[in-house]
Amino acid sequence: MSFRFIVRKIFRALLTIWIIVTFIFIVLRISGDSALLIYGPDVSAKALATLRKVWGLDKPIWQQYLIYVSSVFHGNFGNSYLDGRSAIRVVAERIPKTLSLMWVTAVITLLIGIPAGIFSALHHNTRRDRITMTLAVMGLSIPNFFLGVLLILLFSVSLRLLPSAGSETWKHYIMPVITMSTAEAAVLARFTRSAMLEVLNQPYIRTAISRGVPWKIVVREHALPNAAISIVTMVGFFIGSLIVGGVITENVFAWPGVGRLLVSSVANRDLAVVQVIVLLISLSMVTANLIVDLAYGWLDPRVRDLRSEEP
Amino acid sequence: MVGPKGSGSPVRRAIGYTMTNKLKVESTLTLSAERPQNDFRTRIRRFFERYPPLSMIAALWLVFMIFVAVFAPLISPYDFTAIDLRARLQAPAFMAGGNWNHPFGTDDLGRDVLSRLIFSIRMSLLIAFLGTIIGAILGTSLGFLAAHFRGWIDDIVMAGIDFQASLPFFIIALAFLAFLGNNLVLFIGLMGIYGWERYARLTRGLTLAAMTHGYAVAVNTLGATPIRIYLRHILPNISSALIVNMTLNFPGTIILESSLSFLGIGIQPPLTSLGNMLGFGRDYLTTAWWITVSPGITIFLATLAMSILGDWVRDRLDPTLGL
Repeated sequence: MSFRFIVRKIFRALLTIWIIVTFIFIVLRISGDSALLIYGPDVSAKALATLRKVWGLDKPIWQQYLIYVSSVFHGNFGNSYLDGRSAIRVVAERIPKTLSLMWVTAVITLLIGIPAGIFSALHHNTRRDRITMTLAVMGLSIPNFFLGVLLILLFSVSLRLLPSAGSETWKHYIMPVITMSTAEAAVLARFTRSAMLEVLNQPYIRTAISRGVPWKIVVREHALPNAAISIVTMVGFFIGSLIVGGVITENVFAWPGVGRLLVSSVANRDLAVVQVIVLLISLSMVTANLIVDLAYGWLDPRVRDLRSEEP
Repeated sequence: MVGPKGSGSPVRRAIGYTMTNKLKVESTLTLSAERPQNDFRTRIRRFFERYPPLSMIAALWLVFMIFVAVFAPLISPYDFTAIDLRARLQAPAFMAGGNWNHPFGTDDLGRDVLSRLIFSIRMSLLIAFLGTIIGAILGTSLGFLAAHFRGWIDDIVMAGIDFQASLPFFIIALAFLAFLGNNLVLFIGLMGIYGWERYARLTRGLTLAAMTHGYAVAVNTLGATPIRIYLRHILPNISSALIVNMTLNFPGTIILESSLSFLGIGIQPPLTSLGNMLGFGRDYLTTAWWITVSPGITIFLATLAMSILGDWVRDRLDPTLGL
């Protein structure tokens, strides 16, 4: 992989992070007195004056911007006005719960979505394909929060089998994971199917078949690895939708993670916490996309050569 | 010979995949040459091939929803905010304890669920339509601008596209609502920003390609102004791709709106939307499930119908775009 390609990608990622920080700065300034917004209305005039001084709100706008950027890089976002502790700590203690839910969901999604997509592609245009894809479209169309509510209605209210809120035991994981992975697996199945179909249509597959290579080996050795390359490009998108699905699902099942914190902070306009979470999410998204880009370039030499020539 | 059961061998299936379609066309051609054109059964079959029943049911359902949305004040049996505390949490008509005064039951304040549902459909569809149209206009214009000026304007638009693609829009929307507070105009504007980047990318790419085509070069040489070229000549040529994108964007907008409203940070009472109804009904799951289930099913059917119809429109208008 060329050095230029890597540098280019890292530069792009840094640029995106810079745009996001700038975006938050602009929106914060549009929204009014940010000292007041960060600390909330019930704070003493002295504290406001101190924060204004710390953030340099009395200085010209370009200096404010520089001060803001440097405070972001020093991890100085102010305190959550709901519980008074530093916003970073408030967010950090919620992260493990969210990650544990995401790992389980990601594994289940991969285990269902990819085989379903491959199955559908190998039975292209038959009844099996149509049934799988109909299920996928239905899984896509049912909103996360409604599926969650339906599951609670069935398993908690009617059957009294599963707990509807909390995160203590493995039983607490069942419904949130089903809720999140339904839509994810549906998207993944559809994408895997089209990636497989595209590969199966390539001349090299026809060559392999006409050379007399057994069908199973054609699929395993020729089709799957090539389809896998384009499935890798989905990872960034996949993480993004996991985050969004997590925010909603955590709220449905009262899961004590970052997503629930985000929504309650937005509702209470606890801006320090919202800022930290938005930056955290963008940082992880940008990193994920960077890794995907690099992995893609490494897996598929055609891409990295093409892309490094791109203007 | 090309039936799914006849083509048992996977080899044949893989090779025949592209050839199958050609063969099909040829065989129908010979069929139609042998038989008279107006054979009733052939025409029926052709009709269903062009207009699959499932897609037509989806279209009918959407037409019905639009009808409900437009005539909401005429259809709804009650005012959707009318409170009747004597009839709190009444079950739907088909259940024990329900009656036909409130076919879908009542909520915690005795408000008629059917009336609220009708007005929620109106609000959710209105927001989804406005959001989709704003997004399409915004994205298409920026795409044209980027393709026309190139240079730094192109760079800025592309950076915006990268930015929007790098963060899930749901998170951007949450940040906006947290920083700027919430009102209806801002909320609809936010729905309009959703998905603009796909229109912009499509328009930019297709316009750059179209500018090298004969027709655009010809009109340009004849001295047409750039705006005339873009709106009168290029836009009609790329419109099918844009329409397909709109049909794909629409269900996303409905789900985005209802998710935010469900979380209590979208549409605010006294206004109502499908997600908002579902969110408030959640507190009464154990006693009055009908408050949540009716808007939930409505959202599900609306997005399902739009997805089915979107797939069909895509196949009709532009098969090359397909996933």
